[in-house]
Amino acid sequence: MSWFDQHLLSLVIWFPVLGGILVLSTGSDRNAPVARRLALGIAITSFILSLPLWTRFRLDTAAMQFVERQPWIDRFNVHYHLGIDGIAMPLVLLTTFLTVIVVIAGWQVIRERVAQYFASFLIMEGLMIGVFCSLDGVLFYLFWEAMLIPMFLIVGVWGGPNRVYAAIKFFLYTLLGSLLMLVALLYLYNATGGSFNILTFAQLPLDGPTQLMVFLAFFAAFAVKVPMVPVHTWLPDAHVEAPTGGSVILAAITLKMGAYGFLRLAIPIAPDAAHQLAPLVIALSLVAVIYIALVALVQQDMKKLIAYSSISHMGFVTLGFFIFDTRAMEGALVQMISHGFVSGALFLCVGVLYDRLHSREIASYGGVVKVMPVFSFFLVFFAMANAGLPGTSGFVGEFLVILGTFSVNGWYAALAAVTLVVGAAYTLWMVKRVAFGPVTSPAVAQLQDLSGRETLMLLMVAAGVLALGLWPLPLLDVMHASVDNLLAHAAVSKL
Amino acid sequence: MTLAQLNLSIVGPEIVVSVMACVILIVDLYCKSPRRAGPIYPLALITLMAGAVLSFGQWDQPSALALNGLVIGDPVAAILKAATCLGVAGVLLYSRDYAQARGLWRGEYLVLALFGAVGMMTMIGANHLLTIYVGLELLALCLYAMIGMQRDSVRAAEAAMKYFILGALASGVLLYGMSLLYGLTGSLALPAISAASASLTLDSLPLLVAIALIVAGLLFKLGAVPFHMWVPDVYDGSATATTLYLSAVPKLAAFAILLRLLGVGLGDWLTAWQDMLAVAAVLSIALGNIIAIAQRNIKRMLAYSTISHMGFLLLGFLGGNVHGYSAALSYVVIYATVTLGAFGIILVLSDSEFESDTLDDFKGLNQRHPWLAFLMLIVMFSLAGIPPTAGFFAKLLVLQSALESGFVGTVVFAVLLAVVGAFYYLRVVKLMYFDSLDDTVTSPEGEPGPTPRRSFLWVLSANILLLLGITPWVGSLVDWLSTALNDFGPI
Repeated sequence: MSWFDQHLLSLVIWFPVLGGILVLSTGSDRNAPVARRLALGIAITSFILSLPLWTRFRLDTAAMQFVERQPWIDRFNVHYHLGIDGIAMPLVLLTTFLTVIVVIAGWQVIRERVAQYFASFLIMEGLMIGVFCSLDGVLFYLFWEAMLIPMFLIVGVWGGPNRVYAAIKFFLYTLLGSLLMLVALLYLYNATGGSFNILTFAQLPLDGPTQLMVFLAFFAAFAVKVPMVPVHTWLPDAHVEAPTGGSVILAAITLKMGAYGFLRLAIPIAPDAAHQLAPLVIALSLVAVIYIALVALVQQDMKKLIAYSSISHMGFVTLGFFIFDTRAMEGALVQMISHGFVSGALFLCVGVLYDRLHSREIASYGGVVKVMPVFSFFLVFFAMANAGLPGTSGFVGEFLVILGTFSVNGWYAALAAVTLVVGAAYTLWMVKRVAFGPVTSPAVAQLQDLSGRETLMLLMVAAGVLALGLWPLPLLDVMHASVDNLLAHAAVSKL
Repeated sequence: MTLAQLNLSIVGPEIVVSVMACVILIVDLYCKSPRRAGPIYPLALITLMAGAVLSFGQWDQPSALALNGLVIGDPVAAILKAATCLGVAGVLLYSRDYAQARGLWRGEYLVLALFGAVGMMTMIGANHLLTIYVGLELLALCLYAMIGMQRDSVRAAEAAMKYFILGALASGVLLYGMSLLYGLTGSLALPAISAASASLTLDSLPLLVAIALIVAGLLFKLGAVPFHMWVPDVYDGSATATTLYLSAVPKLAAFAILLRLLGVGLGDWLTAWQDMLAVAAVLSIALGNIIAIAQRNIKRMLAYSTISHMGFLLLGFLGGNVHGYSAALSYVVIYATVTLGAFGIILVLSDSEFESDTLDDFKGLNQRHPWLAFLMLIVMFSLAGIPPTAGFFAKLLVLQSALESGFVGTVVFAVLLAVVGAFYYLRVVKLMYFDSLDDTVTSPEGEPGPTPRRSFLWVLSANILLLLGITPWVGSLVDWLSTALNDFGPI
């Protein structure tokens, strides 16, 4: 491996973090134009930097690639150990891509503390990539928790009226789960006789009760993050109060960290406990898929509706994981990427409306299509993707999950398929009320259609959704070896 | 007995600092202006630096006894003494403007601070019950006087009185335990007491009483529950400069005597004190974190936070092994650094008329002083133990050592309460970043408030930025501190 390959991940992680600090140093809002341009430049550069991860990725192996390993704390055998496989790589690219979108989304909207805003997103980008790349328990935990700090500030500083409550709730919920994960990591460190290597953890034989405890500790951390019913209540609050960019990152990437954690830690380390508790997880997932979809149906607030829709879609992801079937798991992974695009785009659409009328209530709108035709096109398009229309990325993931589930248990699949109906109902009903019908108020009549900047960002996401929906094969190829390997590993009992 | 046998080089730092403290006391008499410290301040700093350098020079020396076995010189002692000297120097640097504005900055204040440092260094190098006691009292007397020196403040007088009475009581308890131990083992030297464990088992009731009394005395000095009552009142009542002095550095010395007494002296009776410490640790973490939520005054809040941190420190002692001690050592060093930073920021924000000590004074700090707000943010997340700050690594180490010793339930309980603790640290961040400055804020007109000395700001920033644990610095520190305890034990 070349020097470049060995340090590429470090570069992708630390470049945006250092760039964020640079943006921070532009200081007060007088230099806001500089801060914006600098942030955009850094976001685009880090996206370009992350592209070699895809082009140089080897499809034929499930082993970790782009590995970098340095001793960090000798006394505890902690290493600076990075590496990605086919599960992590798409998530890294998703992160770098969406950060560009988020920077564009905040371009004119954020007028206060501009430098701090963009710096938070750039630093968070680096930290989230760090989560996806860490192969050392301490390093993983470090990135996992550290990204709470910028997100806490983003929700709390630039958020809506109830932002303080939402920010603190978000932080404490996540912290509670994470600390239990920390105990589990420390326990595993002692059990392995002094190693924090996640790959070593995966090979460690553990007896049944221990696996159960370890799995539950990880479950506490990841279920909060995904989020799964019944620990999902932080999400509607955080989403609603966060600024548009914060909602996009929360929905598109932060939630994926939880799902990723299941695949990287919980399932490989405690496979028997995972099988044992799979019915519980599947039940919770199905509750999320059906019940939360029904909850979404009755929301008056667009952001809240999309937030509940996120929980429902993430239920599909956890369902796909715990069916332990190749198609279902690949479908769940595609669903993760697709949901990153679609929910992010829907939040951007709501943000577009909110910037104009300062209302997220569905009832404030109506007949938007007459004054904002281009916007309405995008809104309808992403709503269709959210409902899983064939040809969009949403379809591929949901279809694969249902297909995989069906081969294992028909009832599960039948229940999960209900969401295709309810999901279409709540999304399209929202679109109908917002975009169609007569123009309800003079304020709506005065709306301006999308600016060039807004069109650009929605177009970029729409391209991703279409590409993934029409030709998902490259993505499936990337993850195939790793998913097979993971399922093979999970199928072998450690007892 | 020749001079060489006394091995005076080991107590060199103590000798230098105490001699210089006497010199400074005399120099002070010839200073014209009694309100200003004149040449005394630089002299005190130079003394402390000399003490730090001398102590640090011993860190790679093999362990040796001095003064007929009263004092031990080993790598832990060298590191802690150096850290104490540096810490006190930092305290003086931070306190200067604040204390000058309140007429506290007199020769005596600095001399007391120096003698307090000697007391701490004595405790750190103690190998004998008497040395421990002498060091403890030397420090305590200096602290009582430093608190009481703010003569125009009723609250300071109250704090000094409370601290004095309770401190004297705790010293009495400790001394009672020590005398029982002396009666049982026939020796005051820690290695001899340790050796007596061969014949003296825990069936002996006097021994249990002695251990209980000693542990109680130690817990009082640490400020752990149930002997924590003095902490909030003393922290709150003292002038902030004095609070800084008594909150940060003495914890290093308290750790040292805990290490000497429990690790060496009572080490073989582990089963007797292990559970006492576990209960005290859990209670401290619970009570400190929960009551801190109700505080409106940041000094009181930090006092309760200290109580909970001492609980975490005790977790490192539960296993009674070197692994845990080294975790606790890292914890206490990082804790002292964080505390210096926290009070340093309060001191920066206070000026001659204005005490920046209620939580509301931090409202909208990000608008007034973005850099200070950022530093305070790091301090708060470090206290809460959120990565990538050093506070996280400190917690990681002690939790790991407690888990290793099998205290799974205690650890789970501790981390759950850490979530409770995170709330009040987050509240400070919320006040600084989310709230904007409004009319209710009591800060003086003419924003943006006091302009601190540039040198002060540099040191403070460096102090706090050290807490960013993602740098290789923390890793090396932890490695290095754990090597200090490699061959720890009685000689």
